[in-house]
Amino acid sequence: MPDINESLAMFSERFMLLAGIAYAIAFIAFAWDLVQNSKTTRSVLEQSRQAQGRQPAAENAAARTASRSKVSAGATAGTAAGAGGIAGGGGYPVTELDGPEGRAERPIGRSGNSAHTADDSMRYGLTARRVPARVAVALTVLAVLVHAAGVLCRGLAAGRVPWGNMYEFCTTGGLVVAAVFLIVLTRRDLRFLGTFVIGLVLVMLTAASVAFWTPAGHLVPALQSYWLVIHVSIAVMSSALFTLTFAMSVLQLMQFRREASLAAGKADRLPFMRLVPSALSLENMAYRINAIAFVGWTLTLMFGSIWAEKAWGRFWGWDTKEVWTFVIWVVFAGYLHARATRGWTGTRAAWLSIVGYLCVVFNFAIVNVYFSGLHSYAGIGS
Amino acid sequence: MEKTTVTTNKTQEPRAASDAVLPRLGFAGTLRWAWRQLTSMRTALFLLLLLAVAAVPGSLFPQRPSSPSVVTKYLQDHPDSGPVLDWFRLFNVYSSPWFSAIYLLLFISLIGCVIPRAIAHYKAIRSKPPRTPSRLSRLPEYGTLQIPASQGVTAGQAIKDAAAVLKSRGYRVDIRDADGERPSVGAERGFLREVGNLLFHTALIGVLIALALGGLFGYSGQRVLVEGDTFVNTLVGYDTFSPGANFNAGDLDPYSVQLDKFEVKFDRQKAHYGQPLDFTATMTTKASPSSTAKKQILKVNDPLALGGTNIYLVGNGYAPVVTVKDGTGKIAFQGPVVSVPTDGAYTSLLVIKAPDAKPSQLGFVGFFLPTAVKDGNGVAFGSDPDPFNPQLNLNSFYGDLGLDKGQPKNVFTLDTSKLTQLNGRDLKAGGIVLGPGGSYTLPQGKGSISFDGLKRYVALDIHHDPGQVWALIFGVSALLGLVGSLFLARRRAWVRTGMHPDGRTMVEYGLLARGEDHRLAAESAAIRKLLEKAWLAARTDSAEDNKQAEPTADRVSAASGTAHSASKVSKDQ
Ligand code: HEM
Repeated sequence: MPDINESLAMFSERFMLLAGIAYAIAFIAFAWDLVQNSKTTRSVLEQSRQAQGRQPAAENAAARTASRSKVSAGATAGTAAGAGGIAGGGGYPVTELDGPEGRAERPIGRSGNSAHTADDSMRYGLTARRVPARVAVALTVLAVLVHAAGVLCRGLAAGRVPWGNMYEFCTTGGLVVAAVFLIVLTRRDLRFLGTFVIGLVLVMLTAASVAFWTPAGHLVPALQSYWLVIHVSIAVMSSALFTLTFAMSVLQLMQFRREASLAAGKADRLPFMRLVPSALSLENMAYRINAIAFVGWTLTLMFGSIWAEKAWGRFWGWDTKEVWTFVIWVVFAGYLHARATRGWTGTRAAWLSIVGYLCVVFNFAIVNVYFSGLHSYAGIGS
Repeated sequence: MEKTTVTTNKTQEPRAASDAVLPRLGFAGTLRWAWRQLTSMRTALFLLLLLAVAAVPGSLFPQRPSSPSVVTKYLQDHPDSGPVLDWFRLFNVYSSPWFSAIYLLLFISLIGCVIPRAIAHYKAIRSKPPRTPSRLSRLPEYGTLQIPASQGVTAGQAIKDAAAVLKSRGYRVDIRDADGERPSVGAERGFLREVGNLLFHTALIGVLIALALGGLFGYSGQRVLVEGDTFVNTLVGYDTFSPGANFNAGDLDPYSVQLDKFEVKFDRQKAHYGQPLDFTATMTTKASPSSTAKKQILKVNDPLALGGTNIYLVGNGYAPVVTVKDGTGKIAFQGPVVSVPTDGAYTSLLVIKAPDAKPSQLGFVGFFLPTAVKDGNGVAFGSDPDPFNPQLNLNSFYGDLGLDKGQPKNVFTLDTSKLTQLNGRDLKAGGIVLGPGGSYTLPQGKGSISFDGLKRYVALDIHHDPGQVWALIFGVSALLGLVGSLFLARRRAWVRTGMHPDGRTMVEYGLLARGEDHRLAAESAAIRKLLEKAWLAARTDSAEDNKQAEPTADRVSAASGTAHSASKVSKDQ
């Protein structure tokens, strides 16, 4: 076993610190984006109230139509309906056609209300440029690069994968969360999640260096297995995806209440939520990501039990960590079922997604630290 | 799978509803109602969530199967609440009646919906794509195309082309009314989605069966093996043994393993000084008493496979070799004593019992330090896991060890209730402190003890689980099924054509998804592109089209109805 490279380990910690600073500034920029947007929104609302017009609604509808025709360069039912009706009238009569089984996703856009400026497809280029958001993303990219250097140095210093104790789970996990966020950003405009996601990464980095810090070292024999590479990396990636959907589900619940109160004619108390897509499109996007994350979690569970068989001689023994991994799996299986059960879509499904994520956090933070079991490799205080 | 019930039982639903309001439900009716309830998606969801909740207590309370001694201690520490918790099986959660009830109900419910759903899907696979809806424009994805008259594609030909396009995208197609005025093609794809879903759910049942199989026919046992010792795979060879319900002692394959050498490497760098880096056991194995010996290496995470069992390295420690002589000068005990490490420095507890000692039995308790160092008060403590300065610290007792009554006694504890203490830190004689090679004469002529050498031992787990490979097979099937079920799209598509009186061929198409499908719009666009390519007809503006259409007006044979609806469509573009 090669010796630990102390100077690389030191570099790693410097990088982590720098990344933390960059994340903190990115966090402020994301927050600024929300604040600024809610200010503009307020003034727009003020103007429109004076004009007694319903301009934003019209704009919104137009934007939506435009986006639709972009997606499928042709006459879809959406555009046709929007452009003045085809035989059978507008709307999405899908559910009438074939029962719930006939639905694609829960259809979006029945009513054009003025609650959102964000586009439901969460694609770029449909709303005005947001300078603070751009700055925030640029800073996040920078932070992720520095953070990656930190994680890489840690791994090189120890001559192994950098996820062998709580400190490393937190730093590497934070990197994966941020990187997954950036990767999803290349495909969809989820910048409205920025404050939340980067805030969480900051929390993880802080927890790592304050509560879980431990010098770079070798792995104990129990962890010296290629299953550590496979099992833990997939677990961390799935958790990162669950983090995104958790944020979406929370926003979905907020947006749902806001939409209801707006529909009831009440004042908009959370104008920055205009940046956030509708509750329904959040739900659909969260479902898509959760489906991928669930497959990841299934793999985590399976690889975990294969490793358990190799290390302890039984593939399932209801060890604390195994129990919670199972609980998380069942909760998200429940979530997938809820999406297919009438009366359980929407708000209730969102709650399941939130509960599932809280279990993920519990499994990581509480079980690793306070519960004893075969998985007690947190490496705290050693 | 309520969804299926809704679609296939549409006609029955009103009757079921009236059943519920009628007072005379009857026994059969009640049963049917209960079965419906149990196999509904809502119940499955409820049971799933209940299962998640029910699994939690098992992580909060110690569990008998994995840590029986912790449970015993818990019961001692909580004499009031302990028995109540025990009554609720909170120390055996995963074999408790209530936990079993939840998962069994869930699996019955699962079977109850997998079977009808499989039958329905089998029929769906064998039947033709559904009839073409009269109004394609009501589908979630809908579009129209016009083939200029100059292209010379008839409505019937266009349908054949469309069918080919759909086929190339993996649809099963069925052409209707090919020579009629309004020919159409119905298409469907993604049957594997439902197959995946069924496979997933069925495989879960398989995993459960595999687990049960392991419980019935498997066995597991533990054995501590000191360097030089041999373990033979027979019932007496085990220290502890837990057979499955259907275990038969004849199932044991009498192989043998001898621990030749056990090497441990500790981290000697500053940051994690003294942390273990490597455990390697060198073994000599024999597949059967008569077969030739083989050298094999056993490591953590790398079990040995022998005689249908796997042998795992799950623990290790020091076994100081001692000799106890009794008051008559005879050897009352001699050999390595397994000590139990309690911390990272291998500060290890040990108990020595010499029941054969005369005139009175002798017992020793104390600890072993691989590297003994004295603290400020002169108390020895272990500072390193490697044996740089091995030391035995013992108290001695004489009297009745309580071993003669045939009661099984834990070898790691000494019952001192009927013993008189000879040595101890607070006694005049003091405690016994021995270095390697040292010996000590007990007070009152009770005998002597010497520390002759040091060996290491390994703790082995030996498992046989015939269900394991099946669990893996079903697990992988479940995974494949899940991926198919989540990411394959089940879609239906229809294309209908008709001739405009001016010679254009009007095409309309519609798509419908079954289940979650966020790419339906993209699929629609892709099909449109392929159709356009097939007919080399980009969307043309109608003025130009009409000009071209005029010379060939005589070709127009379509009914006015067709032309009407088609032109209505084109107007909308
Ligand atoms: C009575 C028992 C069950 C019924 C009626 C049932 C029904 C269904 C149905 C209809 C779907 C398809 C959902 C969709 O199309 O979106 C589904 C999916 C799923 N089921 Fe079940 N299920 C049952 C039991 C279970 C159990 C015990 C588990 C695992 C613990 C499970 C895990 C899943 C998962 C993970 C999916 C997602 C895959 C998919 O969406 O196709 N199910 N289930």
